[in-house]
Amino acid sequence: MDTTLSAQIVYQRPQSLTEATMHYCPGCTHGIAHRLIAEVMDELGIRERTIGVAPVGCSVFAYNYFDCDFVEAAHGRAPAMATGIKRLLPDRVVFTYQGDGDLASIGMGEIVHAAGRGENISVFFINNAIYGMTSGQMAPTTLPGQKTTSSPQGRDVETMGYPLRMAELLSNLDGAGYVVRRSLHDPKNIRMAKKAIRLAFETQLRGLGFSMVELLSTCSTNWGLSPLESLKWLEEHMIPYYPIGDFKVAEPLKELKV
Amino acid sequence: MAKELLKGNIAMAEAAIRAGLEGYFGYPITPQTELLEWMSERMPALGRAFLQAESEVAAINMLYGAACTGARVMTSSSSPGISLMMEGLSYIAGTEVPVVIIDVVRGGPGLGNIAPSQGDYNQIVHGGGHGDYHPIVLAPASVQEAIDLVVLAFDLAEKYRTIVFIMADGNIGQMMEPAELPPMRPIKTEYPDWAVRGAMGRERRILSSIYIDPKDEEVTNYRLMQVWNQIQANEIRYREYYLDDAEYVVIGFGTAGRIGLSAVRMARAEGIKVGLLRPITLSPFPVPQIERLIPRIKGILVVEMNAGQMLEDVLNIVKGRVPVEFYGRMGGMVPFPDEILSEIQRMVCEGIPLDGDPRQRWMKRLAPVIHWQN
Repeated sequence: MDTTLSAQIVYQRPQSLTEATMHYCPGCTHGIAHRLIAEVMDELGIRERTIGVAPVGCSVFAYNYFDCDFVEAAHGRAPAMATGIKRLLPDRVVFTYQGDGDLASIGMGEIVHAAGRGENISVFFINNAIYGMTSGQMAPTTLPGQKTTSSPQGRDVETMGYPLRMAELLSNLDGAGYVVRRSLHDPKNIRMAKKAIRLAFETQLRGLGFSMVELLSTCSTNWGLSPLESLKWLEEHMIPYYPIGDFKVAEPLKELKV
Repeated sequence: MAKELLKGNIAMAEAAIRAGLEGYFGYPITPQTELLEWMSERMPALGRAFLQAESEVAAINMLYGAACTGARVMTSSSSPGISLMMEGLSYIAGTEVPVVIIDVVRGGPGLGNIAPSQGDYNQIVHGGGHGDYHPIVLAPASVQEAIDLVVLAFDLAEKYRTIVFIMADGNIGQMMEPAELPPMRPIKTEYPDWAVRGAMGRERRILSSIYIDPKDEEVTNYRLMQVWNQIQANEIRYREYYLDDAEYVVIGFGTAGRIGLSAVRMARAEGIKVGLLRPITLSPFPVPQIERLIPRIKGILVVEMNAGQMLEDVLNIVKGRVPVEFYGRMGGMVPFPDEILSEIQRMVCEGIPLDGDPRQRWMKRLAPVIHWQN
């Protein structure tokens, strides 16, 4: 009788992630987003031909965690830098990883034009409604009434304007092939987010134009909430303003089962 | 290759293509737009990357990304556009990736105008972007020299992993002259060991200008300065004219240097012992060459199309040992050879004081020329 037990690995670090310990705060969803992207890179077998572009913000050190070639952009300029790389190396997979200050504030020009050109890059947009790295200032995605260190009385839309819904905005551009919003607040939504990340890379691999997955994320430290409270706050406050959904899905993607 | 009648902007564009340019990113701005237009036709026809960016900010960051692949890449612009590129320049310098940038300088400050100027000397040679870095800056005085320097620029950029500027002006960009283009070089097939092109069968590579620990950033700065020292030691370029027996020296670069040469020739015809030193590398500046002249000359006339930006560098070398005079036209105005000739004549006949401020003296002389009412 054979008594050897065969071990079956059901969960392990994706090859596309390095061994480095992440610097993100407890409760932060950056780690989940990183892992999902890395898992998809493994599944598609694209690690060795993928080039990432890191932003300025909390994920400025993203290049430490992905085991692929990486460059570090100036604040907001990741889509332009990714464009330069993709135009020189069209058969490589190029993605940017950007926060809300980076993408929706200082980098608004670069992201809109990258989408408008149908630039064949994938963008992973972390929307946590606040500036994390500079410790909690108002972001272009900060909700009306939300208190931050630069809107201490709460965001007053009369003087500070309204939050920007980037997925909706970019989905209106003809160059966009795949633009969706997902959330990282519970397992079901995390699984949906992973599928969307997969479809964003599939969009690029098929040459269908610009792809972006907006990921609703938490910032426990700067929201002043515990990790659990943060997940609840995201669900109760962010999702009503930033609905989860598919805003642009190019026809060939609709038939794709992932 | 035979000589052809070529417009400066187009000649520089074609020279870059023949030097093996793989990617161009730019934004229209007068007086360099023909350069971008030429690229838009030629680059796609050759299967190379061309993109009209949405702004100079985007163009320089596209260039930054493209440079990280180790390819030969370039942008071009004119003064206000170069101002917008300063952020990207600092990042490129900090990441130590090679790029070539052509600046067809126009009148400023502000929107200014589209006439030829040399008002970008300070923003290119002495800074612009934040932090300590030094680009190589090459200043052509003819269409032929612009062609030759564009080709050289790529070689220097790759050799030192640095930014190389061609600082032309509206004259060089717009002027047509007979010139010879170089033969077409093949696109390179091997890329440097730092290039980010996908980690196929190797360790991943990261290109970044971030050194979060100040100790590491200081070491990086030290390395940049060491490279700069090598550049200063090896890459100074200049042209000299009639300097062997010269008692007076005109120093001017680019178009101002070329007009200065006409004035020097006119003065020579009158028997004045004057010569011209025309720096080709504004950075590194020909410091030893000027130093060697000082013991045997009676005076220096600096001529520029700005308010004396290079003048500061000359004064810094001379340190009061020889009288220095300045003549400049600003805001898109170009001096005539006659104006410089009369400056030479006045310098020789009246002499110039060793002390005092040459810029203040020049402003007094310029006031009636520009009909200053005050």
